[in-house]
Amino acid sequence: MAAEKQRPQTQLTPWNDPQAVPYIRIEHVTKKFGEFVAVNDVSLNIYRGELFSLLGGSGCGKTTLLRMLAGFETPTSGKIYIDGVDMADIPPYERPTNMMFQSYALFPHMTVEANVAFGLKQDGVKDPELKERVSSILELVKLTQFAKRKPHQLSGGQRQRVALARSLVKQPKLLLLDEPLGALDKKLREATQFELMNIQDRLGITFIVVTHDQEEAMTLSSRIGVMDAGEIVQIGTPQEIYEYPNNKMVADFIGSVNLFEGQIVEDESDHVLINSPDAGTDIYIDHGISSAPGAKVWVAIRPEKLHITKEDQQHDVNCMKGAVKGIAYMGNLSIYLIELDSGKQIKVTQPNQIRAAENAIDWDDRVTLTFHPNSPVALLS
Amino acid sequence: MARHMLWADKLTNFLLAIGIHPRWAVIIVPYLWLTLFFLIPFLIVLKISFAYSTIAQPPYTHINPDSDNGGISLNISDSYGRLINDWLYIGSYLNAIRMAAVSTVLCLLLGYPMAYGMARAKPSTRNILLMLVILPFWTSFLIRVYAWIGLLKNNGVINNILMSLGIIHDPIPMMNTDFAVYVGILYSYLPFMILPLYANLEKMDLSLLEAAADLGCKPLKAFFVITVRLSAPGIVAGSMLVFIPAVGEYVIPELLGGPNTQMIGRTLYNEFFSNRDWPTASAIAIAVLVLLVGPLMVFQRYQDKQMDGAE
Repeated sequence: MAAEKQRPQTQLTPWNDPQAVPYIRIEHVTKKFGEFVAVNDVSLNIYRGELFSLLGGSGCGKTTLLRMLAGFETPTSGKIYIDGVDMADIPPYERPTNMMFQSYALFPHMTVEANVAFGLKQDGVKDPELKERVSSILELVKLTQFAKRKPHQLSGGQRQRVALARSLVKQPKLLLLDEPLGALDKKLREATQFELMNIQDRLGITFIVVTHDQEEAMTLSSRIGVMDAGEIVQIGTPQEIYEYPNNKMVADFIGSVNLFEGQIVEDESDHVLINSPDAGTDIYIDHGISSAPGAKVWVAIRPEKLHITKEDQQHDVNCMKGAVKGIAYMGNLSIYLIELDSGKQIKVTQPNQIRAAENAIDWDDRVTLTFHPNSPVALLS
Repeated sequence: MARHMLWADKLTNFLLAIGIHPRWAVIIVPYLWLTLFFLIPFLIVLKISFAYSTIAQPPYTHINPDSDNGGISLNISDSYGRLINDWLYIGSYLNAIRMAAVSTVLCLLLGYPMAYGMARAKPSTRNILLMLVILPFWTSFLIRVYAWIGLLKNNGVINNILMSLGIIHDPIPMMNTDFAVYVGILYSYLPFMILPLYANLEKMDLSLLEAAADLGCKPLKAFFVITVRLSAPGIVAGSMLVFIPAVGEYVIPELLGGPNTQMIGRTLYNEFFSNRDWPTASAIAIAVLVLLVGPLMVFQRYQDKQMDGAE
């Protein structure tokens, strides 16, 4: 297959290779609107063929950063390089980027076909080639039969695919997607996520996706940059971000998490011991965090990493006791709301492996919660 | 609340009792209004246009079956025939169309940049600019047109300033020319062009222009391909609002125009009041109306199409 041949030879983890040359370099970029700092000293390297997500709540500066890459905003300071070229003096219409807008921004007076052809026409692509490229991209997004329709005659999902086709057809060096799946319902969103990954993989275009939806970022991305208040808080693969968040904000933003306040008792290279009245137990973690004893820390434990049992167990560490205050049955799993003896409420999820288990945990049951020493993460901020 | 309900119930029962569904009661008012003040006067004018001119009070013959001639006497050849045979009427009609068309184009050329500037201004400035466009309406139309006489006449403000600056030595004759009429129409009708254009341009989705730029379209080209194209409904609405009343304009050519500025409105006035030929005047009125219904219908169909195409 032709698409198979075009597939570039990308490394799986170029960011771990010190020899690899980043494709997009964002260096100390700051953007101010008046007094308001929208993006604060962001530096970021993105490699060819990556699908990089900028994740954060609204107003965290992710869209501003994207708009600076597209050329709609000029950085107050700092530099942006795409494929080694400084973008400072290059207007949007000359950049090797294309953007898929959150609102899709389809031209309402043009047919699907004309919308997709618009970009190619600006480059002076003439008819046999123009027709060929438009129809092949429409085929890719499965819109061939809607080619003659106007945008208002399409459903939300179809419009989204037109917007995608329009931004892909010029084969940009960098494709920017602003909340690409935001307007779609859950089922359609899941289907489109995989479609998007598939297309990205086939065309080998570098994607930067802006999203506030952590699930979307997790499934799509090769790497995620978590943003907060104009700054990048953490960059990593979805797994790194989820398992080893480097601060409370990231831990809390990605997935759900139980946070316990505590004090360092011992901090060795191979373990940490934390006293946490909050948890009602000492917490033993099997890796060091290099901090001073007595320092205040937060311990983050994901709900699915806690083990819940009605047996009354006794351990020196990593053992909490409490009562069940609520159960949410989700089908594949159940979420238990536990009130610890310290008064703190936490969440625990357990897969429902056995249908209608005899000894099931019920409301107001006394339970013991345990966890493996490698499950918690100690956070200093 | 209870009393209010009672009152409404009573009204409903009354309407039902006299055989009117309450739903119709709502639209009866505008229909009544249009019948009383548009349809009936129109029919009267239509009737007069088929009568003979006579020296009497009123100055036309009555059309009724039991007249002296013993039948209905319709006068078609006289009043309508004259419209076709006498070049005065066709000429002044064509002249009115030409002048209205030129004025419309000038209004568009002047109004589009103004509306565009307003629509892209800061929201706070926008309201001030909008106020300034509407402000002239606070003064009577007639007085505003009169004021132009003071500006345009030979010893008027413009000529005096130009002469005192030594730019010209003899006054430029501007009053009583077609030029003065164009100035008057342009000045009077400009807001009717600006307002629909502004309403249209203001609600335009600016991300479309970003999308165009992102796809490699330069700003000037994007202005024509996206902005102007999408403002077509505003352009059509504004042009109709200027063109249609400008065709029948009477006050401006009368006050500012010269003896050669024959527009259909002026001809109509002369027939009514100078010649006291009511049937011919009525025939002109009917003809102008019928000929203007054409562009109006085009406008209506365009609007329907737009509504259809709207999201």
